[in-house]
Amino acid sequence: MPKGKDTALISWKEVPFGCYILEPGNSVQFKTGDWRSFRPVLDKEKCVKCGQCYIMCPDMTYTQDEEGYYIVDLTYCKGCGICASVCPKGAITMVVEEV
Amino acid sequence: MGKRIAKEVSIAIAEAVKQCRVDVIAAYPITPQTHIVEHLSELVANGELDAEYITVESEHSAISACLGSVATGARTFTSTSSQGLALMHEILFIAPALRLPVVMVVANRALSAPISIWNDHGDIMAERDIGWIQTFAENGQEAVDLVYHAFRVAEDRRVMFPAIVNIDGFTLSHMIEPIELPDQEQVDRYLPPFRPRYKLDPRKPLTMGPVGIPEIYTEAKKAQDEAFKNAYRVILKAWDEFEEVFGRRYRPVETYRMEDAEVALLIMGSLAETAMTAVDRMREAGKKVGLVRLRLWRPFPLRDFVKAVKGLKVLAVIDRALSPGATGGPVGTEVRSALYQVPGRPRVVNFIAGLGGRDVTVEDFEEMADRAYVYMKKKPKEPYEMIGVKE
Repeated sequence: MPKGKDTALISWKEVPFGCYILEPGNSVQFKTGDWRSFRPVLDKEKCVKCGQCYIMCPDMTYTQDEEGYYIVDLTYCKGCGICASVCPKGAITMVVEEV
Repeated sequence: MGKRIAKEVSIAIAEAVKQCRVDVIAAYPITPQTHIVEHLSELVANGELDAEYITVESEHSAISACLGSVATGARTFTSTSSQGLALMHEILFIAPALRLPVVMVVANRALSAPISIWNDHGDIMAERDIGWIQTFAENGQEAVDLVYHAFRVAEDRRVMFPAIVNIDGFTLSHMIEPIELPDQEQVDRYLPPFRPRYKLDPRKPLTMGPVGIPEIYTEAKKAQDEAFKNAYRVILKAWDEFEEVFGRRYRPVETYRMEDAEVALLIMGSLAETAMTAVDRMREAGKKVGLVRLRLWRPFPLRDFVKAVKGLKVLAVIDRALSPGATGGPVGTEVRSALYQVPGRPRVVNFIAGLGGRDVTVEDFEEMADRAYVYMKKKPKEPYEMIGVKE
């Protein structure tokens, strides 16, 4: 165990062979949402449910709800703002994340 | 056993690679390595070798293609020299970290500038820390034998690291020597089919080469280093097995007339044959001079090396590469460091010789040994000196 601050995730003896990722499709375990400094906020009054945000989101964080609106999953949203930028109705606003 | 026939060393190496039943060769021609891959391309084109020969636009692409190829579980070979090796540089580190056992023959040649196609070890010494297994051949037979060994060790599931066999450009690569190529049956006995621990396979997806965040990178490197050091035992064992199958015995450190020696020359590569003649002459003149040759350079054979130089007064290390402004040549600094903690260690003096194809003669070696005798009593003024420089 290091004397200083121990920031390592695992022991070197547990590092998988070649540092491979042996299990496919595990990027869902990587919570990229904590990188965010802006969050997208949807104004349902303006939204026409076109799905541009859903199509353009690089992290596939948008899913459609029962009413047909596209809702962001903040566990993964990195706050890049592409959805707000492509929204033809200006229904998405990027709001500063308060820490 | 196969017949012993005169062959150009490069051609013999290509024949050996064929006997290793490689699946893929990706290479770019560069002097003095060209004959190896040229002959391999002929073997593939003539249908004598059932392999994919990928023609690429550069050495950077050659090594990249090799990594992709070996990652799918294909036995893979490439070869290069000098500027070509330098162009591979950034990819070379990736192969051992991803445990991809490519085998490469490097026909050692000086780096520019001035432009030189001739032999020294400047190219490979710039790649000292890439994490590949590295051996140096002294003669044609050894060059060929080290190719079989390289595949055998690299692909061993306990190892899974890439390997370089270094041969001196021209002085080995273009030499015609009597070489015994073994029977195919012997090679097959020595070298089982390549069965990697993991491979790229759409039926069983995995990721090779993901990001290593600061919380994992150090542990990943530690794991790599430990695995690399553990490869040492397999390297030795594979030479034991080599002797059983082919009858020739190889060790990581070779010694010549080292019994009761006071002074020894240390060298890697083909110059050792010239140095042996110098040692014989000096022995005849009553000087207690011996020779140590490192066959294995990475992982460094620390214990075997320390044992080999025990009892010496002066060890004269001959480097064939210059490390400008350093405390010695790459081999010189390595050896000094290796011996620093050893009680009663010999004095290490360091000569830089044979740069860019400059001949190093028997007389040059005698001069170096004589200087080593002088340095037995008096410390050298400089940490290293260049031999054969015209004032």
